Amino acid sequence: MAAIETNNRPNTDEGGMGYLQSLPRRVVTVYLPLLIFVIVLLFPFYWMTITAVKPNLEMTDYANFNPFWVVNPTLEHIRYLLFDTAYPGWLLNTIIISTASTFLSLLAAVFAAYAIERLRFSGARQVGLAIFLAYLVPPSILFIPLSVMVFNLGLYDTPFALILTYPTFLIPFCTWLLMGYFRSIPFELEECALIDGASRWQILTKIVLPLSVPGLISAGIFAFTLSWNEFIYALTFIQSSENKTVPVGVLTELVRSDVYEWGALMAGALIGSLPVVVLYSFFVEHYVSSMTGAVKE
Amino acid sequence: MAVPSAAIQPRPSIFSRILSRWSESRNALGFGFMLPAAALLLVFLTYPLGLGVWLGFTDARIGRPGIFIGVENYEYLWSDAVFWLSVFNTLLYTISASILKFALGLWLALILNQNLPFKSFFRAIVLLPWVVPTVLSAIAFWWIYDSQFSILSWALMEMGLIDHRINFLGDPENARASVIAANVWRGIPFVAITLLAGLQTIPQSLYEAATLDGASRWQLFRYVTLPLLTPIIAITMTFSVLFTFTDFQLIYVLTRGGPVNATHLMATLSFQRGISGGQLGEGAAIAVAMIPFLLAAILFSYFGLQRRKWQQGGGD
Repeated sequence: MAAIETNNRPNTDEGGMGYLQSLPRRVVTVYLPLLIFVIVLLFPFYWMTITAVKPNLEMTDYANFNPFWVVNPTLEHIRYLLFDTAYPGWLLNTIIISTASTFLSLLAAVFAAYAIERLRFSGARQVGLAIFLAYLVPPSILFIPLSVMVFNLGLYDTPFALILTYPTFLIPFCTWLLMGYFRSIPFELEECALIDGASRWQILTKIVLPLSVPGLISAGIFAFTLSWNEFIYALTFIQSSENKTVPVGVLTELVRSDVYEWGALMAGALIGSLPVVVLYSFFVEHYVSSMTGAVKE
Repeated sequence: MAVPSAAIQPRPSIFSRILSRWSESRNALGFGFMLPAAALLLVFLTYPLGLGVWLGFTDARIGRPGIFIGVENYEYLWSDAVFWLSVFNTLLYTISASILKFALGLWLALILNQNLPFKSFFRAIVLLPWVVPTVLSAIAFWWIYDSQFSILSWALMEMGLIDHRINFLGDPENARASVIAANVWRGIPFVAITLLAGLQTIPQSLYEAATLDGASRWQLFRYVTLPLLTPIIAITMTFSVLFTFTDFQLIYVLTRGGPVNATHLMATLSFQRGISGGQLGEGAAIAVAMIPFLLAAILFSYFGLQRRKWQQGGGD
């Protein structure tokens, strides 16, 4: 499994032939490029944060204030965002929709992955391939027909429109990931349980699932992030301000006519990113393993 | 599972016999286990896919079910300069962004694969652009690219490299370059981290053996790293190409297709015509026109996977 491989290099050759390189050479070939990469990759976040706490006066006056720094930090933009806009509602919507669709997808994916990987019903391989292909169907070609369906089903402008459509990209991903995890559980464990008289249901809930908790966490975190970040469905299926999710709300409601309130926009972007970043920082290893696992399996 | 109670003996015994036979049959049980996922995917993925193809042959509008008009939508698109411009833009966007993402991502992966202090810390930081919602980081780029208060223009002017502000999103050529840069910024971490996972599976002993044989650093990379990394490169880049080709969010936030349609991708054009303009049929036809390109990428991925199995010496 990818999860194990990413961390366990054989420690006998730790560092490889790195000792053959001199320090100055390493500075030029490794540390300097790395520094530039890190600065470029992190700069937009820095800029987002600094703008979110910058008073409007400093924000547009580059002659008297260095734009890279803030002299009188203010919480005004954040206060405006949290108390004068519908932002808290969008945050709540996003949390509800992401949690519900993640839970739904994970539930469906556990059964599907177990069936494909372990029950090995006839045609399991073809179904596995179909799941993989389903993962490759992008939302950009589905949103028009889905919007027609959502409208006809009477789900338009309700959270259910998103809770039911997000699994179209979450289930294939979770199933594919969990298949890899289930594959790593020895068959012998299941055979022992079968001999002891366990039913398939008991095997799944008492043996397979407890052993694949890391996989479930990986899939869950990743699915949550994917649904948190989803944009095109949320933009198409939701109309009223109070039902919007954070990405759609920030873009469509905070951007008004000609005057951009950059401070509030950046504060909205920052606060909207924070939950996934915090979640990510707690589960970096799971996150990385699910990302690489999805590609490697 | 069903535990028959002693009081009503005969009927539960039949029932439980059926149940036990059913639960012993792999196919029946497999069907039951597959049901939730299959139902959701068939209803909300397979059916809409078919419906989208059907809509492409109709003149449906928002609030009015269309009638079958054959290939009229496609005939119209064939003679529509904006559509062809969007195809060109999509290809340009996908190809240039993918090449840049691959080159920079591989470079970053090779750097991170060195024996660095705080390695896992750097890996965690590097992945951040990919974790944060695209729309929200795109809004940050929007501010960075602002025509009046762009921090990039300001910094370059302070350094004396340019003498007037760059109109990042207002000029067609600049706008294309700007959206590609933002896409590359977001895509590098994905490529770098997946390739890093691939790099870490290459045994150090191969490099040592090659060095003893007198291989140069370039030869080490060309004849050891690259061949062993090829399968994972193929799959990573297929995903990357797929997601770039169907990109919508970044363009929608930064330019909405402008200026003068210079950055319209097929996905954003499809949204503009189908949802904003209400011409569902035409929008669906544009979306369907993306499918051949996607199929090509998927076939590429499929053969990438095949090759990987063959390399590992396994049939299944």
